[in-house]
Amino acid sequence: MAYLDIQHVVRRFGGLVAVDDITVGIEQGEIFGLIGPNGSGKTTLFNCINNYYPPNSGEIIFKGIPITHKPTHDVCRLGIGRTFQVVKPLRRMTVLENVMTGAFLRTSNVTKATDKALEALDFCELIHRKDMLAKDLPIADKKRMEIARSLAGDPELILLDETAAGLNPREIERAMELVKKIRDKGITCFVVEHVMKFIMGISDRMMCINFGREIARGSPKEIASHPEVIKAYLGEEYAKGKQY
Amino acid sequence: MAKKKQLLPLILGGLLVVAIPPFLGGYFQHVLILIMMWIIMATAWNLLGGYCGQVSFGHAVFFGLGAYGGGLLLLHWGLSPWWGMIVGPLLAVVISIPIGLVTFRLRGAYFALAMLALGEAFRIVFTNWVPVTAGAVGIITSRTWGAEKLPYYYITLAIAALSIYVVYRLVHSKFGYYFVAIREDQDAAEGLGIPTTRYKLYALIPSAFFTGLAGAVYMNYFAYIEPHTVFNLSAVSIMMILAVMLGGAGTLWGPAFGAAIYTILSEALRAAIGPISYLVFPIIACLIIMFLPDGIIGDWEKIKRVFSRQKPVYVGGE
Amino acid sequence: MTLFGQTVITGLLIGGIYAVIAIGMTLIMGVMKIINLVHGALMMVAMYICLVLFKSFGVHPYLGMIPAMVILFAIGYLLQKYFIERVSGVETILPESQVLLTLAMALAITEIIRLIFTSDYQSAYTSFSAKCFYLGDMSISAPYLLSFGIAMVLVAGLHLFLTKTDLGRSIRATSQDRDAAIYMGVDAKRITNFTFGLGTALAAAGGALLLPIFYLFPDVWHPYLAKCFIITILGGMGSTVGALSGGLVLGIAETFGATYWSPGYRDVVGFIIFILVLLFLPGGLKRIIGR
Repeated sequence: MAYLDIQHVVRRFGGLVAVDDITVGIEQGEIFGLIGPNGSGKTTLFNCINNYYPPNSGEIIFKGIPITHKPTHDVCRLGIGRTFQVVKPLRRMTVLENVMTGAFLRTSNVTKATDKALEALDFCELIHRKDMLAKDLPIADKKRMEIARSLAGDPELILLDETAAGLNPREIERAMELVKKIRDKGITCFVVEHVMKFIMGISDRMMCINFGREIARGSPKEIASHPEVIKAYLGEEYAKGKQY
Repeated sequence: MAKKKQLLPLILGGLLVVAIPPFLGGYFQHVLILIMMWIIMATAWNLLGGYCGQVSFGHAVFFGLGAYGGGLLLLHWGLSPWWGMIVGPLLAVVISIPIGLVTFRLRGAYFALAMLALGEAFRIVFTNWVPVTAGAVGIITSRTWGAEKLPYYYITLAIAALSIYVVYRLVHSKFGYYFVAIREDQDAAEGLGIPTTRYKLYALIPSAFFTGLAGAVYMNYFAYIEPHTVFNLSAVSIMMILAVMLGGAGTLWGPAFGAAIYTILSEALRAAIGPISYLVFPIIACLIIMFLPDGIIGDWEKIKRVFSRQKPVYVGGE
Repeated sequence: MTLFGQTVITGLLIGGIYAVIAIGMTLIMGVMKIINLVHGALMMVAMYICLVLFKSFGVHPYLGMIPAMVILFAIGYLLQKYFIERVSGVETILPESQVLLTLAMALAITEIIRLIFTSDYQSAYTSFSAKCFYLGDMSISAPYLLSFGIAMVLVAGLHLFLTKTDLGRSIRATSQDRDAAIYMGVDAKRITNFTFGLGTALAAAGGALLLPIFYLFPDVWHPYLAKCFIITILGGMGSTVGALSGGLVLGIAETFGATYWSPGYRDVVGFIIFILVLLFLPGGLKRIIGR
């Protein structure tokens, strides 16, 4: 059984099938990348793992424990952290307070939470912003803060949702370094992304989905040259014969 | 933390509120008692509404339950309404839990409305369920110390101080962080492992407790309660919110400040212009909501700017 | 059996009147996405306007309804444009400032009326008010019946307006997806102001229809505001068909409560429905009806 085992997950919204029978196993300690064109169901899958809404059918098992219908906060407590496609800062709190809120998952003591938060902020190279109000941060730092906030809760697996979106090239490189640092710390990373440079550069294994269904799986190199992937992103014409 | 600096005005203020009242006339003592009662209610509401972001339009439920705790004891078992000081808040807390479990499924304005409906429902039930509650006739008792007001003042002062202290401790603990997280972004809070419904209850319980305690004090001081007064929507539920808004929601001293201003203004206006004062309050409320929505303390920067004619500076993203 | 039939019919009739007021609110809620707590107070103002027209000029409320609707349209429009709009979208600690503003306005309006008219109970009582029709053994109050009839005419008229006219379609568009409507050339701001006026006019109509039946005093609107919300939640936010069915359901349920339980608990019935809907039918009747 894989570390995070997603089995035949289906999620419908009315008539639209957003996630159509996805099965994938994430191994402990790896960086697993998920790509797919807009609207292919990537964030929906994340939301199912977190149980912001449950899958209509299928099972999700983490460390051998079924989490399919557990409430979101329990899933987090079991060790799955999450960042959001559209950042969700706790706006009127400072950066430090934001990260402390994440730290309180594992402790009830304010001093211990502060220390953990400072540690996480330091790890994410955000310590210089600690007293700034979250709503005043630039987007790259807001994303970083979200990661720090999750890390403060000692997750074993972290779901990174479009971390690189809206970042300039320099910021993307720094984000890549951060994700690798997180993996080196022993935390498994499940990454959803649009920015190819980011995800190709850090993933150990990858999967591409379209219309909620898996269309390719393998190493970044294999994915990049996979005809189905090219077809999904660039259309049939390109998949058929053009050389790259 | 400049703890010493913060402590000094607190100690001075404490000395003033303790030492001065015996020298004031009966009417002023009465006003002070009212101020203390509103401080308790505003502070209690602020914990759930200002810090945790669950805006309740029906806190009169807890005030009324607190008052009727003692009232019912008197009515059915002839017990002194002072027992209501324990039974009232307990009753409020016990009822608050199922209320919370049902209404916390609702977000934002729907929660506010459900609480409003609840307040009205309780008022109607208490008015009509005559065999149990004595209905619109109400419950009357006699004051323990007759016309002497000081004891009531010190009791309400102590409870007001206690309520502020409890909120202070909660806000500076894990509870406080979790409350504000729920307020700022409930989904993010869930994603951080916060069981939001449970923590909303943790905010509701002290809030209901102290509001109920204020009701129990009301019963003992005013010596007469009836459903229309204690379960009142505009005079209790809404006024609590306005007092908090006036001073500043989500701050520790804002509610107390707002409560004091509201009470003094209310008494002064009533003395000066009579029944028109009931009109002045909603109008002031409208003005506050439109121009100073974060209250005098919350919008302090804005107020300072008006007087110093500075241009506002926006940091980072606004 | 007679009692049962009478209860159902009376419930339907009063429910129809409730529906008019509730449709006004659900229109506003659909377009503005806010809870409008001044709706009840504005209804009450319309009732006082009709009362004055009745007492001073002998104009029956059913006729006085028209000027009342026009005046309240204007009042609603102005309130929204110059007061409520100011507060929408402003970020504050207490997120419900719009809702609170409408409530504060409601209280202010109530006090103004109280200063002018005092808290005395008043009525627009005519010989018509006591008239009853008899259907077999069941007695049906004439004002109820006539008010219901007028209410249904209004509802039908509104339905035509919303489906057949450009303005009506713009309102529906703004209600369904504000941004999309803007991209389609709808002036969302003007539509919002207009809809607030329109919804308020409907409340005015409902109030005028209630005047021949009930006593009038400044606080009369409290239970009606609550009923509006219950109907809106029951029927489904923004759904006019839902508001109509919700109104009828509430009217019948309440009347049953008043007849078989106790008249004093009439308003509690609505609250019970409210809680049940919130717990078990979160989308409202709209979910079942599918509109």
